[in-house]
Amino acid sequence: MRDVAIIGSGVTKFGELWDKSLADLVAEAGISAIMDAGVDGADIDAMYIGGMSAGRFVGQEHLASLAAEVSGLSELHIPSTRVEAACASGGLALHSGYLAVASGMYDTVVVGGAEKMTDVAGKEATNILASAADREWEAFLGATFPGLYALLARYHMHKYGTTSEQMAKVAVKNHHNGSMNPKAQYRREITVEDVLKSTMVADPLHLLDCSPITDGAAAMIITSLDKAKEYTDEPIKIMASAQSSDSISLAGRSRFDALPATMEAAKRAYKQAGVGPSDIDFAEVHDCFTIAEILAIEDLGFVKKGEGGKAVDEGLTELTGEKPINTSGGLKSKGHPVGATGIAQAHEVILQLRGKADRRQIEKAEIGLSHNVGGSGGTAVVHIMEAI
Amino acid sequence: MEKVGIVGYGAYVPRYRITTDEIARVWGKDGKTMSAGLGVYEKSVPGMDEDTATISVEAARRAVKSSGIDPKEIGAVYVGSESHPYAVKPTATIVGEAIGATPDMTAADYEFACKAGTAAIQTCMGLVKSHMIKYGLAVGADVSQAAPGDALEYAASAGGAAYIIGRDNIIAEISDTVSYTTDTPDFWRREGEAYPGHGERFTGEPAYFRHVISATEKMMEKMGTKPSDYTYAVFHQPNGKFPVRAAKKMGFSKEQIEQGLLSPVIGNTYSGATPVGLSAILDIAKPGDRIIATSYGSGAGSDSFDITVTDRIEDYPRDNIRKKIEDKVYLDYALYMKHRGEFK
Repeated sequence: MRDVAIIGSGVTKFGELWDKSLADLVAEAGISAIMDAGVDGADIDAMYIGGMSAGRFVGQEHLASLAAEVSGLSELHIPSTRVEAACASGGLALHSGYLAVASGMYDTVVVGGAEKMTDVAGKEATNILASAADREWEAFLGATFPGLYALLARYHMHKYGTTSEQMAKVAVKNHHNGSMNPKAQYRREITVEDVLKSTMVADPLHLLDCSPITDGAAAMIITSLDKAKEYTDEPIKIMASAQSSDSISLAGRSRFDALPATMEAAKRAYKQAGVGPSDIDFAEVHDCFTIAEILAIEDLGFVKKGEGGKAVDEGLTELTGEKPINTSGGLKSKGHPVGATGIAQAHEVILQLRGKADRRQIEKAEIGLSHNVGGSGGTAVVHIMEAI
Repeated sequence: MEKVGIVGYGAYVPRYRITTDEIARVWGKDGKTMSAGLGVYEKSVPGMDEDTATISVEAARRAVKSSGIDPKEIGAVYVGSESHPYAVKPTATIVGEAIGATPDMTAADYEFACKAGTAAIQTCMGLVKSHMIKYGLAVGADVSQAAPGDALEYAASAGGAAYIIGRDNIIAEISDTVSYTTDTPDFWRREGEAYPGHGERFTGEPAYFRHVISATEKMMEKMGTKPSDYTYAVFHQPNGKFPVRAAKKMGFSKEQIEQGLLSPVIGNTYSGATPVGLSAILDIAKPGDRIIATSYGSGAGSDSFDITVTDRIEDYPRDNIRKKIEDKVYLDYALYMKHRGEFK
C-alpha cells in the first residue's frame, strides 16, 4: 500500500439549481477539480462517482459513463465506476478511489459525487430517500428519514437528557458557518427560537433541524503521494480512509444511543492514521439532522458518549471553539445533495487545511476529518487528512 | 400618439368564504401556521350556481353600467380564465349576449393560467389603438380548482373583474404595457384533469418572482420610472406572501401595495387576481395617481401596465370592492365541498 494524496478539488454551488441538469453539475464539478489540480485529461487513469438515486430523481442510471462523457474523457476509455451507499455514496467514491491508488492499480483518479434532487416533488423526494432505509421493515411501515432520526433523538433525550435547544444550537451554528460559505444553499443566520418555532416534521425534529433537498456536485483528483508533488506544492495527504457497515434497519442495531458504524469506521481510521480524536483539529460530520451531529461528535470520540449536547452548549464545536465542527455550514446549511455530500465534506477539509476557507477559516487546521453516513447508519465512511 | 385607457371597470367576488383554519382542521394541519405561512386567512367560494360565466357577466355588467357607454359600441369581448365552464364553447359569447353587445362584435376565450385577463386587456388595447373597434371588453375571472388537501386548496378562490378599454372618456390612461414570457412549467392542468398540478417550490423563484420582477422592472425601464414614482402598485397575488416579497425586493413600500392586496381576505382569484386588485385601487384613486400593475400566469408570463388616473375619475360612479367583500357568509368544509361540486 502506498500513500495517497489529493491534488485538486472543486464543488458546484449547492441549492435549488433549476437551470442545471445532473450532467451540467457533474461536468462543472469535474472541470473545477481538474483545473484546480492542473492535471491533463490524459493523466487520468480511472473515475469513481458517487450517486444515490439518479435513476429515480431524474431517470438517469449509468452515471459512470455519463460522467466520463461530460468530463470529455470518454475517448480515453478509462474505467469509470458508479458507487452507491445512499447518502454515503460520495465518501465511498473517495474510499474506492483511495483503494485503487493505494494498491498501485491506478496512479491518478477522479472521484466525485452528484445528485439532482429538485426535479421531483417533495413527497417523491422523501420516498426516494426512504430507499436508504429498510424498505420492507421500515419504509413500507411508514418510516421516513426524519422519523428514523426522530427515534434516535428521542432515545438520546431520554437516556442523556439532550434537549431540543441543544439540537437547535447545532442548526444555529451551522447556519452561522454556512452564511460565510458562498457555495452554501442557505446563507442566512437563524436563532434557536427560529428552529423551535419552525414546523414540526417528526417530533422532536423541527423543519430547521433537518438538512434540505439540494442539487449539487463535487469532485477531486487523487494520486500517489510521490506523484502528487509533480502537480502541487501543497498536496493533501489522506492519512486514513475507512469504511464500515451495519444493519440497514434501526431494529437490527446493537444500540440506539450511537451509530456503531461511525464508531467502527472512526476506530479503523484512527488506527490507520496513527492519531486519536484529540489530534483532530476540526471535522466535517454528517449532520443530516441536528441530532446526527451530536451523535457524530460522540461516536467519533471528540466527547464522551452522552455529552454531545452539553458540548454544543459549551461552544466546543463553534468556529472559534476547541473542535470546530462543520465549518462549511454542514449538510444543514450548505445543503445535502446526497451523492455529492461525502466529496463536498472532504472539499471543505481541504480548504481549511490549505488555509483557503476565507472568513470561516479556523486558526489551527493541520489535521482534519470528514465523516459521511449512509441511511440511518448502515454505512459510515471516515477520512483523515493532513496538509504536507 | 393617441391615448388609450380604461373607460369602465367592475369587479365581482362571491360572498361565500371559508377560513384557512377550517380547511386546516379537516386536513389535520395547524390553521395558524398555515395562514401565517401563506398570508391567506380566508378565501372566497362560489355560490352553488356561480361559475366563471356568471362571475364574468356580473363584473361586465357593473363595468358597462358605471361607464355609461352603449354596449352596442363594444366591438370585442375577451374572457380570460382557466376555469371556463365549457372546454368547447366560449364564455365570451355568454358575456357578450348578457350585456347586450352582440352580434356586431368579435369574441374569444383566453387561457394563460392567472394572466389571461390581462392578456385580454392588451388585445383590447391593440384593437382600440388601431381603430378596429371603439371599445373592447376584457374580463379576468375564475372559480379556480384545487385538489382537496393540496396546498393550493388554502388559496384557490373565486372572483373576477372586467375592464372596458377605449380612446375616449378614459378614467385611467394606460401609457404602455410590457410582457415577459418564457416556457416555464411551474403549474399546469391537462385536458380532462379535474385539478391542476404544480412544481411546489419551483413555482417561486424561477416562476413567479422571475417573471413578475422582470416584467415590472422592464416596464419601469421603458417608462423611465422608479418605484417611488407610483402611488400604487399591484402584483399577481397567489397568496399573501409572494406579492409582498416581490414588492419589497423591487423597492415598493407596504403603503403602495396594501390597497390592491386582497389575497389575504379573498384568496387567489387566479385570472381575477390582478384585475380585482387593480379595481380596488381605482375605487379610491385620485386624478394624477400613477399605478403599476403586473399580473402573472403560470407557464409562464407576466404583463405589466403603467397607468395614470385622469380627472374623469371624479365623475365616475365608483363602487368599493373592499367594502363589498365585507358582506360575507362563512361555510364549513362540508358546505364548501358542496359549493365546489365535489359531491358527485
